[in-house]
Amino acid sequence: MTAAKIVINEIKGYHRFIKFMMVLVGLGALASLVRFIFGLGVTTNLNDTYPWGLWISFDVVTAVPLAAGAFTIGIVAHVFHIKKLEPLVRPAIVTGFLGYSLVCVGLLLDLGQPQRGINVLRYWNIHSPMFEVSMCVMAYTTVLTLEFLHPVAEKFGWHLPLRLLRTLELPFAILAAMISTLHQSTLGTFFLIAVDKLHSLWYNPLLPLQFWLSAIFTGLSIVIFEASLVHKYMGQPDETDLLATLTRIIPWIMGVYLLVKFFALAFLTHGPLFDRPVLLALFVLEIGLGVLTPFCMYLTKKIKTDKKLQLRAASLVIFGLVLNRFNVSMFGMEQPGNMIYAPSLIESLVTIGIIAAHILFFVLIAKYFPVFEHHPETVDYSIPDRMRRIDHGTKHPAGSEAGA
Amino acid sequence: MSSEKIDFNKTKTFLIDTTKCTGCRGCQVACKQWNQLKGETTHFFSGEGYQNPPAMSEYTFTRIKFKDYQKHGQNEFAFYKEMCMHCNDPACASVCPVGAFHKTAEGPVIYDSERCIGCRFCMMACPFGVPKYEWSKAFPLVRKCTGCYSRVKEGMKPACATACPTAISYGPREEMLKEAEKRLANRPDRYYKAIYGKEEAGGTSVLYLTHQPLDELGFKPVTKRPLPSYTWQALRFVPGIFLGVGGTLSLVSWFQQRKDRIAREEQEQALCAGKRPEETRKEDHQ
Repeated sequence: MTAAKIVINEIKGYHRFIKFMMVLVGLGALASLVRFIFGLGVTTNLNDTYPWGLWISFDVVTAVPLAAGAFTIGIVAHVFHIKKLEPLVRPAIVTGFLGYSLVCVGLLLDLGQPQRGINVLRYWNIHSPMFEVSMCVMAYTTVLTLEFLHPVAEKFGWHLPLRLLRTLELPFAILAAMISTLHQSTLGTFFLIAVDKLHSLWYNPLLPLQFWLSAIFTGLSIVIFEASLVHKYMGQPDETDLLATLTRIIPWIMGVYLLVKFFALAFLTHGPLFDRPVLLALFVLEIGLGVLTPFCMYLTKKIKTDKKLQLRAASLVIFGLVLNRFNVSMFGMEQPGNMIYAPSLIESLVTIGIIAAHILFFVLIAKYFPVFEHHPETVDYSIPDRMRRIDHGTKHPAGSEAGA
Repeated sequence: MSSEKIDFNKTKTFLIDTTKCTGCRGCQVACKQWNQLKGETTHFFSGEGYQNPPAMSEYTFTRIKFKDYQKHGQNEFAFYKEMCMHCNDPACASVCPVGAFHKTAEGPVIYDSERCIGCRFCMMACPFGVPKYEWSKAFPLVRKCTGCYSRVKEGMKPACATACPTAISYGPREEMLKEAEKRLANRPDRYYKAIYGKEEAGGTSVLYLTHQPLDELGFKPVTKRPLPSYTWQALRFVPGIFLGVGGTLSLVSWFQQRKDRIAREEQEQALCAGKRPEETRKEDHQ
């Protein structure tokens, strides 16, 4: 049997859902090809009034905080050293790795001159939030790729890299938090330049802080969301107990976020707040359903044991974040009297393709690499003799952990 | 961002007296000629009012807007030339990740198409909506009024200022401001009491005098603060936050892992003291 036949047979054996995702990814790839052949003007509904559309609002501004699970769980599990959460780390890193890789894809599609993307490294402009985000996204994608090598090295039995990665686990977790803090908040700084454009319900100088805080609690909620779905649909073990630890952390951050948000709204805004009924409704929906409701859910005692409530609260947080980022980057920017932007078919297909690609690659990676089966206590990380596993007793326990 | 300090009294500035504009649109034609811009197919009344093309675009860097109004029961026209304002501290230059825009010491804000990656942040940032995109192309760039930098550099006036028979004066910003204030003082009935561009966006190299209130003519109300200061007030914390987060988390992890570390050290001592190594297995990591 040739290699191609093996691959085809393998794909034939996949679940219908995976095949459907493959079709969506294919459609998205075709749509992005159309964009490069016919140009942005014909294929998108972007114009000089709305230069940024769905691809920036979702594929970048929303997708980045949605991929924040990797760094937040990294802090909780490694920096705060809550070792029992270890099983949650790897799936989160895979999600983060996929998320950031796809952010890069989305960004390159949206750029007019993607082949010149490297110019960001050649001509620095430290006054530009976009420069900072580009640098951070490049750096963090690299870190995530290295972290993702962990299951890969384990799968193929590369012991030396594995040992090295294990040593670097903590420094990487700290580095990830440093880089993520910068670009998650700077995504908010993007919109500080839109002084007279973004509506006062969202425009205030604390926008970067709000973006950072919401990225953290959403990142942790994504971990809950993902673990619940993976338990439900992929037959992985029930992690409700571990997730209960996260549900104790999240409301603290949400509380701070709400305080900052209402402080900014009360004291730091300049324009009228209640002049646009549609925007006001969106704002109320975002805060009421997307923040306050899950906040109260997280505060209940029941959530420690109730799987369904955990999933529901996490889903609402995600809904709230998506709506918040769209409010800031799209709806709040619409000027009264101008035509309203709505994404074109091609734009939508590309974004759907990107979401489908995320799900597809996650499922495939989980299928072929040890993502969930990871139990750190069963793997020997001591420096091996001729790169093979060796007997424990003959060697002095390998040096102290790096970091700190 | 420009590295050298620019003297904003000396930067060349347009003074556009809309009360003297006759709406001949010689400036529009001169701009197209000098910049070799394609004509656009236009239809009457395709935009608001009489003006054509309906908006500035990749082919149209400047445009006369027509505003009709009633005066003593008669229909009257007011004209307003739309173009790049050439801000003293331009938002486009500050947000561009590759520094493709910069304010020249002569006055014009110019764009380096070789650097541009096409992210359109300049279009988002510009409070006047000036940078336009080549939507028709597969690999588009940004286009905008160059302030005729190539002419100004050689001591000539910009094409539009040269073509204009009545309304545009061009010279150092200080002189233009003085001239504008003189006109306001001499003919208070003729002018609305404001110089648009004097303080808008922290001051611009295009100044307008009008008869009507500014908002009636379609001038955008713009903050008086230079726009780059809005993002810089957050961005300046970047290095501090980066190191602060790193330091804090390192400390936290050092404390959190202390117990484990002490336990491990004790174990090692026990090992050195000659205990059988098998007893320590499975605990030699973390």
